[in-house]
Amino acid sequence: MLTDITLGQYFPGSSFLHRLDPRTKLLGTIIFVAGIFLAESPAAYGLLAAFAAFGIVLSGVPVRLVLRSLRPLWFIILITVLIHVFSTPGTVIYALGPLTATMEGVRQGALMAARLVFLIAMSSLLTFTTSPIVLTDGIERLLNPFRRLGLPAHELAMMMTIALRFIPTLLEETDRIMKAQMARGADFTSGNIVKRARNMVPLLVPLFISAFRRADELAVAMEARCYRGGENRTRMKELRFAVRDGVAFAAVLALLAILGALKWNVPLS
Amino acid sequence: MSIVLKDVSYVYMPGTPYERAAVRDVSLTVAPGEFVGIIGHTGSGKSTLVQHMNGLLRPTKGVVEVDGVNLAAKGEAARLARRKVGMVFQYPEHQLFEETVFDDVAFGPRNLGLDGDAVEERVRMALDFVGLDFAAFAKRSPFRLSGGQMRRVAIAGVVALRPAYLILDEPSAGLDPRGRDEIFAEVSRLHAATGTAVVLISHNMEEVARLVGRLVVMHDGAVSLDGPPREVFRRREALQAAGVDVPGVTALLGRLAARGLDVDDTALTVAEAATAIAAAVRRRGVC
Repeated sequence: MLTDITLGQYFPGSSFLHRLDPRTKLLGTIIFVAGIFLAESPAAYGLLAAFAAFGIVLSGVPVRLVLRSLRPLWFIILITVLIHVFSTPGTVIYALGPLTATMEGVRQGALMAARLVFLIAMSSLLTFTTSPIVLTDGIERLLNPFRRLGLPAHELAMMMTIALRFIPTLLEETDRIMKAQMARGADFTSGNIVKRARNMVPLLVPLFISAFRRADELAVAMEARCYRGGENRTRMKELRFAVRDGVAFAAVLALLAILGALKWNVPLS
Repeated sequence: MSIVLKDVSYVYMPGTPYERAAVRDVSLTVAPGEFVGIIGHTGSGKSTLVQHMNGLLRPTKGVVEVDGVNLAAKGEAARLARRKVGMVFQYPEHQLFEETVFDDVAFGPRNLGLDGDAVEERVRMALDFVGLDFAAFAKRSPFRLSGGQMRRVAIAGVVALRPAYLILDEPSAGLDPRGRDEIFAEVSRLHAATGTAVVLISHNMEEVARLVGRLVVMHDGAVSLDGPPREVFRRREALQAAGVDVPGVTALLGRLAARGLDVDDTALTVAEAATAIAAAVRRRGVC
């Protein structure tokens, strides 16, 4: 049931992408996203698609799984497309009362949808190939330079690790409480929105109680072990850049350069 | 008229690297009024199996029928059939949510569409079965009770549905020995008084052996042994393979028998074991 959610779920493997340093993958994803916003021409979109497809093939993650991560967001994509179709001025192809769909709008909407799909596909590729713990480790290291500005990098990373760690636990708990209440005749799927919201009470109250209980127990357990943040802590696994990280950086930077060249019409040769 | 599982298999997260078959080709029948114990090592598929019995999980393969109705079918008949099977999960006290004990126990009966008087009658009956005094507890908050009392309120919430079959998943987990004894006593009283069929998952071999009429041993998603406790506990090698302990006294008698004492090694309780040993010693003519 609920435990089948895939967004942000690690897909174990040992591909090139899996073995990259998490910092490389984080920065690479950010650069790719920047590249998406530089893309305008069909050629640029083709390049982005090719790059994303290459990444997916390289990761060894089944395409079906990557596509499934788009599912929770299809509604947002649809809304975006509709807004563009009906709000862009240009050649009218269809009129619905005061709303007019335009040729330019369809084009704009399609490109926007493609951007969103690339964005989601690439960021889920990041989480498919990087375990949450490694990912937060990478984030902490990337944020480290900002510590001097008073940014509690370690504490932020710690909070993220804990939050990520407890998502599966809470999902499991939700699943179990849902089943238990369903076995007592609770109904979570029918009725209007008010009724449905009220029907969630037997699920939410126990879930909150259990989340607070777990938080409390974890805090006590950490204090009992004299946990005190990032000062002078050593790591079991040090992050180190390797040659493959250089290769990956070169690839995304090249992509960014070409996209920039396409946008500002810089001759490529 | 019974719960019938035919060749039921269940696979968690099919198509991912986390894919895992939790139940493999299990066929099992629970007759009305039966008291069945299910034992097995952690991860042997006990909990997954019993969740099929009231349709909370749909088998990946196979059929589950309750009183002749296929639970996977759509419509009223299947819904009513699922209602005949009450399910008490592990740590059921985690599902409490109402402001008063009365309202929490009444949640199920109200969902059945009963009116006020009928609901109150059900709540009284259910609290009585779990040994909580209606007058003293009905108006209290379930969150201000002791762990053992909370668990009983939660069990009462399922008993109030008056299921024909009651499934309990580790009802004694995390309770002290006294709380454990009380819960088991209440369950067997319910079984005796109402004829409700009970399926009990437990790690507590002594209790299970004493209470149930039939014992099912699960190993690696399949049923490895199924029969009266005395016969099941005689199959020591199969039990060992399943990672299940026999009750302490039965194990002791087994060791005595292995050392050459001609003793009846099927006793399940301390009293029975004492009688068996006394008889064996008398036969030997030592004292």
